[in-house]
Amino acid sequence: MLQVVCIKQVADTETRVKVGADGRTLDPNGVTWILNPYDEFALEQALQIKEKLGAGEVVALSLGGASVTATLRNALAMGADRAIHLRSDTIQPDPLSVAGALAAELNALQPRLVWMGKQAVDDDQAQVGPMVAQLLGFPAVTAIAHMELDGERAVLEREIEGGREVVEVTLPAVITTDKGLNQPRYASLKGIMAAKKKPIDEKPAALPEPVLEIVSMALPRTRTGGRVVGSGVEAVPELVRLLREEAKVI
Amino acid sequence: MAILVFIEQRDGQVRSVAREVLGEASRLAAALGGPVIGVCAAANDPGLGALGQAGASEVLLATHESFARYEPAGYVAAIASAVERVKPQVVLFSASSMGRDLAPRVAARLGVGLASDCVSVAVEGGRLQATRPVFAGKASQTLAFRKSPALVSLRPKVFAPLAGNGGAATVVPLAVAPDSAAARARVIDVKAESAGTVDLTEAEIIVSGGRGLKGPENFHLIESLARALGATVGASRAVVDAGWRPHSDQVGQTGKTVSPKLYVAVGISGAIQHLAGMSSSRCIVAINKDPDAPIFKVADYGLVGDAFEVVPALTAAVQRLNAQG
Repeated sequence: MLQVVCIKQVADTETRVKVGADGRTLDPNGVTWILNPYDEFALEQALQIKEKLGAGEVVALSLGGASVTATLRNALAMGADRAIHLRSDTIQPDPLSVAGALAAELNALQPRLVWMGKQAVDDDQAQVGPMVAQLLGFPAVTAIAHMELDGERAVLEREIEGGREVVEVTLPAVITTDKGLNQPRYASLKGIMAAKKKPIDEKPAALPEPVLEIVSMALPRTRTGGRVVGSGVEAVPELVRLLREEAKVI
Repeated sequence: MAILVFIEQRDGQVRSVAREVLGEASRLAAALGGPVIGVCAAANDPGLGALGQAGASEVLLATHESFARYEPAGYVAAIASAVERVKPQVVLFSASSMGRDLAPRVAARLGVGLASDCVSVAVEGGRLQATRPVFAGKASQTLAFRKSPALVSLRPKVFAPLAGNGGAATVVPLAVAPDSAAARARVIDVKAESAGTVDLTEAEIIVSGGRGLKGPENFHLIESLARALGATVGASRAVVDAGWRPHSDQVGQTGKTVSPKLYVAVGISGAIQHLAGMSSSRCIVAINKDPDAPIFKVADYGLVGDAFEVVPALTAAVQRLNAQG
């Protein structure tokens, strides 16, 4: 069974975000780039399925500039068999453009399962997964926290407000992953060595015309909090009074 | 031109987020001109006429037995059909779990842009612009749209519903091609969590606990305070990663971004990922033993002290207040 895991290189969650010189996107200076945390759950799940079936291939697919190679090597070190790098130097292409370029490649690959994280932790749009499914004519199940696969049929659970939805899906399908699905593995030394020999197929990304335009990026107003009411149990009555009379929130 | 609003229903009830979206649609309609029209997919009419009070002049209703539960292919077909009929300038969704799944599919189907999880929408020179948090709230971006209609999903709990004063909305049947309802993915069950639990993203008050609680067995302190305040329990990444709490409780980057009216952080030092996820709360209270914890820099009210003493005292004080009414 061919499984493709779509991965994105993002700024580390430790990053102190600064606005770049263009006034519209992240200042990349000093940023550490990592594999999007939600995509790690996707890759892990695909690898577990391959291991369980004892057969098949896991392909890591990513769109982006030259630096993306490092993230793809990381996916290969975790256990992906090969990688495809859709090369694009466009800064922050919009989700529908990315979905279009990925769908074109996926159409050629014809996988049974397409995986990705429920969202990337940079732009947080959470759009590409369901968009790719729509473009491919595949069903999609988003933000899954549990999965049972039985042949061509999967039963998945996704968190909704106040509960969980249980969804049954017939392959091929696009599945996006939430935290809690599994515990992603670390790349072993052996895996890192093996990754150096695995192929990364680089080709230009066929990005469709953008449908969105980034007007500006801004940092939030810093909160002017920092008022300490007091210490210990003695300060509790004053805290309650302030919440009631000043903030009017209780 | 019209504004189309997706009306979310579950179990035959219109969800409150739909009224929030209608409220913002009405405010936008005042700037753009044109009516506010709803579109709903359901097994039966979930009382859509009453949405006149919430700002809709008309609601298009697609009915099919499979629409009782969320059914993406059929819902997409219903919205696409409504778009064709109404030719709206804007289509609004809630960025609820359903809206987050549905809106991107509609965008791909229509070949137009979507701005997800927006916290403000404005009309600049006749053009719609939507502002949304990025990096879990460490920054925000403003987007404009190159194609019509513009699709926007709105963050729950940010937009106020209208104080009802309209008449009834007209409910108009919307025909949806039957084959579109036959999908290869379907919801076969919904497992409810303990009754009465409000989701973190929709909670008015949140009490979150962190590593300062020393162990999962001490979270009853957080739960008692939450009960007294009518709050939902949240958690820091550290305690979720340690397995003390489920991931659905996690606030922050790789968890939920929340903006309740009151956020109480107990024993949470305030890692940058956590601060990103809760800094847009209206009022923040921090309780922490360490006076230098970064959480105090964002808290409106800080209390330096041991959670094991302070939280029970605070719970008791709130209970006394509740008893006074």
